[in-house]
Amino acid sequence: MSSSDGILVVMEQTRGAWHKMSWETLAGAQQLGGGMPVTAAVLGHDVGALAAELGGKQIAKAIAVDHALLASYTADACTAALTQLVAAVQPALVLLPHTYQVRDFAPKLATRAGRVLVSDVIRIEAAGDGFVFVRQLFQGKLNGDFRAAGAGPHFASVQAGAYRVDTLAAGSAPVETFAPALDAAQIRARVEEPFRESARAVDLTAAELIVSVGRGIKGRENIGMVEALAQALGAELAASRPICDNGWLPMERQVGSSGQTVSPKVYFAVGISGAIQHQVGMKGAKTVVAINKDPNAPIFEIADYGLVGDLFEIVPALTEEIKKHK
Amino acid sequence: MKVIVAIKQVPSRDSRLRVDGSGRWIDPTDLTAEINEPDAYALEEALQWKEKHGGEVVVLCAGPAGATQTIRDALAKGADRALHIEEENLTAYDSLRLAELLAAAIRAEQPDLVLTGLQSDDLGYGQTGVILAELLGMPHGTIIMQTEKTAAGIRVKRELEDGWFQFVELPLPALLTIQSGINKLRYSTLMGIKKAKSKEIKALTPAALGVTPGGAAPLEKLYAPQRGKQSRLIEGDARKQAAELVEILKHEVRAI
Ligand SMILES: Cc1cc2nc3c(=O)[nH]c(=O)nc-3n(C[C@H](O)[C@H](O)[C@H](O)COP(=O)(O)OP(=O)(O)OC[C@H]3O[C@@H](n4cnc5c(N)ncnc54)[C@H](O)[C@@H]3O)c2cc1C
Ligand SMILES: Nc1ncnc2c1ncn2[C@@H]1O[C@H](COP(=O)(O)O)[C@@H](O)[C@H]1O
Repeated sequence: MSSSDGILVVMEQTRGAWHKMSWETLAGAQQLGGGMPVTAAVLGHDVGALAAELGGKQIAKAIAVDHALLASYTADACTAALTQLVAAVQPALVLLPHTYQVRDFAPKLATRAGRVLVSDVIRIEAAGDGFVFVRQLFQGKLNGDFRAAGAGPHFASVQAGAYRVDTLAAGSAPVETFAPALDAAQIRARVEEPFRESARAVDLTAAELIVSVGRGIKGRENIGMVEALAQALGAELAASRPICDNGWLPMERQVGSSGQTVSPKVYFAVGISGAIQHQVGMKGAKTVVAINKDPNAPIFEIADYGLVGDLFEIVPALTEEIKKHK
Repeated sequence: MKVIVAIKQVPSRDSRLRVDGSGRWIDPTDLTAEINEPDAYALEEALQWKEKHGGEVVVLCAGPAGATQTIRDALAKGADRALHIEEENLTAYDSLRLAELLAAAIRAEQPDLVLTGLQSDDLGYGQTGVILAELLGMPHGTIIMQTEKTAAGIRVKRELEDGWFQFVELPLPALLTIQSGINKLRYSTLMGIKKAKSKEIKALTPAALGVTPGGAAPLEKLYAPQRGKQSRLIEGDARKQAAELVEILKHEVRAI
């Protein structure tokens, strides 16, 4: 198993279900092209069926990294297993989806290999004897190029939505099993079963209209102004994370990667910058209206209608106008 | 119990960012700075540990001379002392090299617990804590929303995606990356600010720590992104904007 010019994609699954971002990452690897063979690996216990599914994509090889100690995720076991896999495959590039789980182990994996992980990249280009990775800085306000040259393996994790799943090409690839040598004594964390907080009192996923408020609102005392807009529209009230962190609205109204994923007919983003962790929760909205004083705010990248200006003027005016028309 | 908290100073959130002449970083003129948001929560968590279990809270910051402002604020909130790795140009280090710099300072302190924020607002690598854990040989937990001392070490609540959580127990010493919202931030008191003036800020240099700038994948170029989808901008004063949007919502979007 040696292909030092290839790409190794580490797919993510939880109890037999794929993480969707894995497919996006695999699509990215296929697009990188340049004749670089793609190997895709899935970790876990009894993951043969998942590996077989991988074998149905246009890749050079699918690998089931199988061990009883990989049944529930720990950074220690995952890092040990992948260190062995990378040594066996010898890829030029290891690509991972930038999920919470990858955030937990990939920096450790790269560090153990004495390498740098370029995290949360939005674009990858082959450049000479290495790669240029584009990633966002300052919460999406600026982009940066990071060049990794010379012999691999290079490591990068790919941002949600950077590549499209519907471009994934089908094919037929051999499927192998890789049995890492793992020892229970290596695993320092004692993990408990994942759980969800008690049933959500507010279900934003079914809402037709959502008015969502961000830090632009400045203080708890101003939330009422946005609430009035939501009321006039007959919309649900939602928020970005800092609003809930500050206790200005309850956690269950949070939209984003650690909150709810919503897909209303219209999503009003009021004083929200549009960081990627917020975007992943609302970009399924049919129409996005953004009210923000900063014309360069990342939210305008996904907004259909943009109102650049002071929300403290626009929101009351909008509330009044809507009341007139109802 | 000795707790080290890594805090970073970043440009204030509402800053107008301009790329500087080198094309590699932002022009600091007219910019104000503040503590990286999750680091403020990490500091608060450390202070609460000290209140419950005794010991010492040491803040660690790598950054320019101007970062003493953020360090003093942390001391005013109740940290006992500080380590300041003086480095004007942090972007000359890649994520691994920067973590090596921080690790060298941490090693000498032999802490029981190291806390970092889960991500910085400027570089946003989201990985310094985990690299540190590997370099220091410590177990780690990421995106932590709760901590609790146990007989065996520490039990923490990890935030997973989509509203899921998980408890994990780790032996000490351990490293945690703290998520915003884990606790309620305190304000500094006048007394705290006064006391901070006499607290120790130990200056360290990369050279003395045996780390040189560089690395395999540092930032090469910084630039404004090309915006993909162009929003349809609704212009005019607030009244005009509101009236036009309502027309659109009625007739184009058909939402009201
Ligand atoms: C692992 C992880 C998970 C996360 N999960 C989530 C999540 O689930 N949900 C989430 O939302 N975030 C999440 N975040 C945080 C996210 O990265 C951003 O920090 C957050 O979304 C920013 O919220 P905001 O847009 O309200 O605030 P800011 O980024 O501070 O933006 C405020 C905006 O308001 C505008 N503004 C200010 N004043 C006015 C005014 N008077 N009129 C009009 N506009 C004004 C500003 O121009 C700015 O664009 C997560 C981060 C991490 C690292
Ligand atoms: N220069 C620095 N000085 C102190 N701590 C830092 C520094 N850079 C990063 N950190 C810590 O590492 C965390 C994650 O940063 P990052 O990996 O850049 O997203 C931050 O929240 C800080 O706690």
